[in-house]
This record gives sequence, C-alpha cells and structure tokens, in this order.
Amino acid sequence: MLLFILKRLAGAIPTLLIIVTLAFFLIRSAPGGPFDKERTIPPEVAANLNAVYHLDDPLWEQYLYYLGSAIQGDFGPSFQYRDFSVTELIASGFPVSLTLGLTAIFLAITVGVSLGAVAALKQNSFIDYAVMATAMTGITIPNFVMAPLLTLVFGVYLHVLPVGGWGDGMSQAVLPIIALALPQIAYIARLTRGSMIEVLRSNFVRTARAKGLPERVMLSRHAMKAAMLPVVSYLGPASAAVITGSVVIEQIFGIPGIGRYFVQGALNRDYTLVMGVVIFYGSLIISFNLIVDIIYGFLDPKVRMG
Amino acid sequence: MSDIILEVKDLSVTFSTPEGPVNAVNNMNFTIKAGEALGVVGESGSGKSQTFLAIMGLLASNGTTTGSAKLLGRELIGLSADELNKIRGQSMSMIFQDPMTSLNPYLKVSKQLTEVLVLHKGMGEQAARAEALNMLDKVGIPEAEKRFDMYPHEFSGGMRQRVMIAMALLCEPALLIADEPTTALDVTIQAQILDLMRKLKSEFNTAIVMITHDLGVVAGLCDTLNVMYAGRIVERSSVDEVFSAPRHPYSQGLLASTPRLDEKTHDNELVTIPGQPPNLQRLPQGCAFAPRCIHVQDRCLCDRPPLFETPSGSHNACYREEDAA
Repeated sequence: MLLFILKRLAGAIPTLLIIVTLAFFLIRSAPGGPFDKERTIPPEVAANLNAVYHLDDPLWEQYLYYLGSAIQGDFGPSFQYRDFSVTELIASGFPVSLTLGLTAIFLAITVGVSLGAVAALKQNSFIDYAVMATAMTGITIPNFVMAPLLTLVFGVYLHVLPVGGWGDGMSQAVLPIIALALPQIAYIARLTRGSMIEVLRSNFVRTARAKGLPERVMLSRHAMKAAMLPVVSYLGPASAAVITGSVVIEQIFGIPGIGRYFVQGALNRDYTLVMGVVIFYGSLIISFNLIVDIIYGFLDPKVRMG
Repeated sequence: MSDIILEVKDLSVTFSTPEGPVNAVNNMNFTIKAGEALGVVGESGSGKSQTFLAIMGLLASNGTTTGSAKLLGRELIGLSADELNKIRGQSMSMIFQDPMTSLNPYLKVSKQLTEVLVLHKGMGEQAARAEALNMLDKVGIPEAEKRFDMYPHEFSGGMRQRVMIAMALLCEPALLIADEPTTALDVTIQAQILDLMRKLKSEFNTAIVMITHDLGVVAGLCDTLNVMYAGRIVERSSVDEVFSAPRHPYSQGLLASTPRLDEKTHDNELVTIPGQPPNLQRLPQGCAFAPRCIHVQDRCLCDRPPLFETPSGSHNACYREEDAA
C-alpha cells in the first residue's frame, strides 16, 4: 500500500513538470506584461521594475530560475498584490474554494447517486425519463449560463437568496454550490443509472434474489457497491471539473477563492500568481486521483496494490 | 417416495417484447417427489430455464407467469416478492450455470454464505459462520477454514460452483434447482459436482431438478426426464425408458446425436437433427418439431399433438403414439 502511494507520487513529478513548463510558456506568450495596465510609467522605471523581477532576462533563464525557486517551495511575490506572496494568497483563498468545492462534490454524489439509483430501479417509468431529461439539461447547460440564470430567478425575481458575496451567512453559499454541483449531479445520475441497470441484470444479483434476500438488503449489500465503482472512478475527473467550474463560479458570485485569483491573475498577467495556482491545482487534482484510486482498491478486491 | 415436493400445473411463461409476445413456456405439467431427480433437457430457447426461473419468481421484468406451481402444497405463482423471499433460499434453492459470475465479486465468500443463515434461520454471526464452514466441508472444499474469508476471484471455477451449492443447501431446501451447473466446468470437475449432487439426493432426500443439455449428466443422476421443445414437454418418462427406447422423434434425434461408449457407432458419422430450432414468435400451427421431423404426417402440420399416455405410463406428444395404440 505504502509502496503504491510512493510510486504514484513519484509518477506525479514528471506530470507536474510538464504542467509547469506548458503553463509557464503559455502565460508568457500572451501579449502584454504585468505592469502594462497601470498608468504609463517612465521607461526608466519600467526597465527598473523588469530588472527587479528578472523580466529582462532571456525566457529560458527565467524558466530555470522559476523552476529552481518553485522546487524550494518559493512561488515568488504576486505582481499585482505586491504586499503578498503567492503562497499567502493561495492560503487565504484555499479554505473558501475548498468549502465550495467539497460541498459541491458531496452534493453531487448524494443527489446524483440517489437520482440515478431511483431512475434505474424505475427503469422506463415517468420518473426515469424525468430524471434523465433533467440530467441531460444539466449536462448541456454550461455553468456560466446556469449561474446567472439562478441568480436572476432566486436572487432578483424571487428575492429568496443573495446574488453574491461570501462569508456573510450560509445563504450566500447556496447558489454558487448549486451552480457548481448541477452538471456533476447530472453526470453522476446518468453514470449511476447506467451502472445500476447493468448490475441489476447481473448474475450475482439474480443469486442474491434466489437466496431470498429482501430487495432492500440485496440493493444495499450486493448491488450498490458494484454500481458505485464507475462513480468512484469518475470522482477524479469530477474534482477537475469542479475546480475549473469554480474558476467561473467564484468570478460570477464574487467569492474570494483561488479561482477568482486565477482569473484576476491571468487578466493582469500576474505571472507568479497564475503559475502558483496552476501548480497548486495540478497537485490537488493529482492527489485527488490518488485518493480515488485508494478508495477503489478498497471497494474492488480484485484491484491489488503494490 | 410418495410425498410430492413440487406440483406444476398448466404453467406458462410469456415475455412481452417490442416485436410482440413470446410464449417461452406453454402449459407445463409435472410433479417432483422427495428424493427424485428430474432431468430437463432441450435445446437453447426450449424454455427449460425459464420454467424454473418462473417458479423461483426470478423472471426478467417483461415476463409473466400463469398457471400454478405448488411447493409442498403452497402456491408460488402470484406470491409477492416479500412472501417469496421467505421461501427462496429456505425451502427451494437454485444454482446457476456460470459460477464465475454468479457469486458477488465484491463480497467475501463467508459473508455471502452466512447472510442466508442469518436471514432465514435468524442465526447469530458466529453460529452462522460455524454452520457455513461445516457446509463448505460437506461440499468438499479443502481447507475451508483458510478459504472462508476470501473473495470469489480467489477460487477456481469448480470451487465456486461448490460454494454456490453450499449456499443453496444451507437451509436444507426440499427442492434444489440446478440450471446447467456443470456446463462451465471441465469434465473432471463436472464428475465431482455430479457425485456431490448424487450424495445430496441420497443423504438429504432433496428433490433435484437438473436443467441441462448434456444427456450424460441426465444418465448419471436423474430418475425422470422432461424433454422440452419450443416451450413444451414433448416426452416425459423415466430416464431408463428414454435412454433405452425414446418415443418422441425429437428425443430419438437427441439421443442419436449423442456419442455413446456402449454402442458400436464409432465408425459411423455422428447423427444430427436436420434444420434449426424454431423461432418462438413464428411457431408453426401444428407440431413445432414437424418441420424437422422424419416421421412427419399431414395432420402434424395443422394440429398440435397433445401429450399421449404411453402403455408404460410415460408421456409422449406425437401422433405416432396414437397410431400405435
């Protein structure tokens, strides 16, 4: 088990290196620089600033320099929020984003799995069709459309929920969490329905019925675990989808999380902030996938680790 | 040997499909006594499995059952799932063709066995473990104690079928339905499993239904035989009689197409029954076997022959029986 985790962590190093390299050259190839947006500054001052931040060095030297300090855990100061280091910004935004993301994933799993299971048990009934049609809508409507729609309906028309903000009561969290979770609920519901239908037709479920197990026991003890395997494997990609989703959602609802820093950083050409967030997100997704694989190993005895 | 375990009357199974209803089983009538082993043979699609899945209440959701099936005098057809669950696994059990997929791959074998005892006999976990281990010993699993808490994939095919059999026997059912239990196993394991079933019959007086297309299995285990064709019984008699003098042309064809060691047919080519099994949705008006039958008469094509009683008391659905009488 320990060996498996160590192997996977070692395997993550080249992945992260590729992510860092791609991100570094991508953000640098975008036109403009970190100091272009402010009022025109004298060329001498600009040259000084560039020199301080090593922006006048050849690009590959900057890359190696960045890599060197990043390995030591130093992600540099933010170009935009000059009093803060990138690490501090991420540390301040992470609890917010984590709350948002984890709640959304939890909601997506509970609601998605329940809806999918009900649809599978009532296959080809009205409930089934209703759930699947709703799920299809949930998958096809992008969150940058869904989020404004939700605020419009529940915030502006009905006045039941605040349209944005954070940290001022639970009600502010409701709409962003729903907007973030909806596509995942839809996807997990479809996934659960499909795998559940397959499991219900499987030979071992027939055996469980032949043993006289009550439907409830058959479902919870025999069918559910098998039907959950595809859902568990999807949690890796789901976490990535929630992270990319949160970038949009945090922006729309004005939530001070990492996603918002990421967007601001990209717009301001805040090179160090963008790089810091990319590395952080990359490590997060890699660790989440590792956790998912470990859970999978517990669920499926045929998967041996080591 | 007179106590009737299962009494089936006019049992029919219909599946509704997008192409219209399919009559998989039609008006089955038969009984099984304690300690009797009934063989059910027929080609794929002849309805041999569906008959017993219907009795177990395990049909696919588009299947409906009519008629009557009484286990120890109690009507099974039309029972609610809850009522059936008190009978299934308790007084009747079923084991299936494919032991590789019929056990739950995600649960330990111990759990899959003990849950039956906890459910039907209200045993505690410890007592159930002891009882289940005892049963694994009885079905011939070596070092049962060591293997008890393993997962099904750590067992071989033959071992898994033994586990299935042990599971089916935990509550000492009056009726054991075995749906091609040896088909997926190699020949030596087949022989061991059949040995085990024979022991059951003699030791526990269990009534056994052996669904198979292997006449060798029937010869080695069964007392009586239902030969099925296109969802109907075409011949029903004792195994000895069918093997020595099959009466229905289909049974005759079936036997002729089975290589036998005790007859000098080695130089001859293996006989086959010409033609294809019928499509259940487009059954001929008369005898379903008529298009493939070498003795076909004109009336076979328009009227389906009923089951005639033969002089020896067996049954045969062929007009030649009437002609002979």
